Amino acid sequence: MKNITIAIVAIVAAAVGYFGGTSMNKEAPAPAATETETAAVEATLNAVKAKGFVQCGVSQGLPGFSNADDAGNWTGIDVDVCRGVAAAVFGDASKVKYTPLSSKQRFTALASGEIDMLSRNTTWTMTRDTQLGLNFAGVNYYDGQGFLVPTKLGVKSALEMDGANVCSQTGTTTELNVTDFFRENGMKFNLVAFEEADAVVAAYDSGRCDVYTTDRSGLAAQRTKLANPDAHMVLPEIISKEPLGPVVRQGDDQWFNIVRWTLNAMINAEEMGVTSANAKSMANDNNPAIKRLLGTEGTFGAELGLSNDWALNIISQVGNYGESYEAHVGPNTPLKLDRGVNALWSQGGILYAAPVR
Amino acid sequence: MFINSNNLSAFINDARVRNIGFQVLIIGALAFSVWWLMDNTLTNLENRGKSLGFGFLVQTAGFEISDTLGTWLFDYEVGVSSYTDIYFIGITNTLLIAVLGIVFASIIGFGVGIMRLSNNFVLKYFATVYVEIIRNVPLLLQLFFWYFAVLGVLPGARNQLEIWGGLGGLNITGLYLPAPIFQPGFGLVFLAFIASLIIAFVASRISKKKQDETGQGFNLLFIIPALIISITGVTYVIMGSPLDWTFPEFKNTGPIFKRGFQDDAGMVLVPEMLAVLLALTLYTAGFIAEIVRAGIIAVSHGQTEASYSLGLRPSITLRLIVIPQAMRIIIPPLTSQYLNLTKNSSLAVAIAYPELVSIFAGTALNQVGKEIEMIFMVMSTYLIISLITSFFMNWFNARVKIVER
Repeated sequence: MKNITIAIVAIVAAAVGYFGGTSMNKEAPAPAATETETAAVEATLNAVKAKGFVQCGVSQGLPGFSNADDAGNWTGIDVDVCRGVAAAVFGDASKVKYTPLSSKQRFTALASGEIDMLSRNTTWTMTRDTQLGLNFAGVNYYDGQGFLVPTKLGVKSALEMDGANVCSQTGTTTELNVTDFFRENGMKFNLVAFEEADAVVAAYDSGRCDVYTTDRSGLAAQRTKLANPDAHMVLPEIISKEPLGPVVRQGDDQWFNIVRWTLNAMINAEEMGVTSANAKSMANDNNPAIKRLLGTEGTFGAELGLSNDWALNIISQVGNYGESYEAHVGPNTPLKLDRGVNALWSQGGILYAAPVR
Repeated sequence: MFINSNNLSAFINDARVRNIGFQVLIIGALAFSVWWLMDNTLTNLENRGKSLGFGFLVQTAGFEISDTLGTWLFDYEVGVSSYTDIYFIGITNTLLIAVLGIVFASIIGFGVGIMRLSNNFVLKYFATVYVEIIRNVPLLLQLFFWYFAVLGVLPGARNQLEIWGGLGGLNITGLYLPAPIFQPGFGLVFLAFIASLIIAFVASRISKKKQDETGQGFNLLFIIPALIISITGVTYVIMGSPLDWTFPEFKNTGPIFKRGFQDDAGMVLVPEMLAVLLALTLYTAGFIAEIVRAGIIAVSHGQTEASYSLGLRPSITLRLIVIPQAMRIIIPPLTSQYLNLTKNSSLAVAIAYPELVSIFAGTALNQVGKEIEMIFMVMSTYLIISLITSFFMNWFNARVKIVER
């Protein structure tokens, strides 16, 4: 009897403590709006430092962008952004853990805090920037939606596609773009939308669809998975602007800056001729711009909340943008993508990063 | 002091007080959890600059959906239809699979369940192998198997397998069948059909009553079809045959993408739907077969023997003695299988069948970004569909269960 009495008292006490405790927690952030903001500002960087790695959202397997090999090692230009951030924060590019996400899961995973940043061939659009509570930290690949068709159909232009069966992936802007394109040109089509990219490839390969549409980089990557990649061609039309880039949660400006400047550092490094091989020696170069980038002059790293050799670590461990591009998607890789608009502004492209000064 | 504490412990140990006390505690804890969850959600949404609201339901949707019953029923048109239409198209396609799946799975399940108890060696082992394979392979894999391995090897979009001498056709883009076009006046024919069903039902009741009283019934096997066909047929002729058909049209010439089956002729069952229906039906039928077998075995063998000693044939024994008694055992687990089938239809998202999860909680969600509202709507929808199914099955169960006298 006594025991039961004690148990009840204990439960009541615990409940009171629980209620009291949470009401205190609730009041804590209330006093001043500015205080909550400062608290949010450093939240991600501190959390990342505390757990010792960057949790990075990537694709479920898109060769050249983010793809895991047989041993589970992730590679690609999207992965290199994650590794760059890890190098900037920890001085060690390997301190990244990857979360493969479907296009449907990606924003929820980021918004809920499951991942610290999203680097997953994600298009920067106004809706996503303004309505989803997210911020795009830059563009690491300028892409556009295109069409892949079997060469044997003899189609030369996307304008000949009236009546086609088109396969795509759900949860992407591709569905909207392709619908707009066909409406605009007064053509009919039938859309078959799968959840997984691999299912789209399988359906296209089996002939369920005549046309496969997604970003052209994606087409180049997925084509390598087809039974006979050479029997298919990408049509010349580009029907959308798809600037792909890394994404962070809105409201944490410091973390946003770290991701943005990691990307900027890689682009600037290519422009200045700093590579993974020569970064250490070039830190003592005469050029002040290079000195500022590599941390031998000024306190730019400290302003980001990082060490001063943040960019040196990125470039020596991950490489500059050009190295990353050549290694994963360039002409010497299975994707065979020319630099095109993704060349530096000084070389006929539109890649242009703000200077470090 | 001593008396006081004695009073307190007497108060606490009072069964009634304790009863109420625990109920208050549980309800309090529940209410607190709900409040905490909601408050937490709202606070976090606000921090991320997002708001709650169902305003998106009137926005127009800008993406194409593949031709299915839902898009036909709601006249889906890009740039005109709203997200509300998308929601109802999703529900229609989910319900279509659920209803067809339940009907076919029940028929196959009952057949296979009875086959497993057959004395025929071949039938029995065929049924056993079927059940063991189907039940032990994950449903998603079966879905991929039917879609990619079976339907994936059909002729390409510009070839076909003719069926019924060109009345229909089959290729990788779907099964093409003649489609009815209802002319004015068809409504009356339909009404006549319903009326003939009611008359047939009344006739069967009269026949049953007569048989109960005199032991002599009508031969319903001929009377009922005759009633239905004559009443509906006469109305059909009087109304001037108000039903046309359009037949699938297959073209071998013209622009490459215009070849194959034409959009505006006949109707198409897309392969995604066929694969989902096949996979769900066969999978659930495996489970239903076991439930039916268990139900039949649970009826005491004495019942069968008693029936045989009365001179009833095995088929009549099964139909009139065993099955009615087995039904009361079969129905509760059968209800669970029906619910499972309905919910499993959401796996169809993997092979591009545009059901509720795929187009509303998938494509539409990605365009609108209202996770909480949309997932809430989808969850509520499944809940309501499941509750209606349970309600109906409970009603049916109450009708067939043993009436204690």
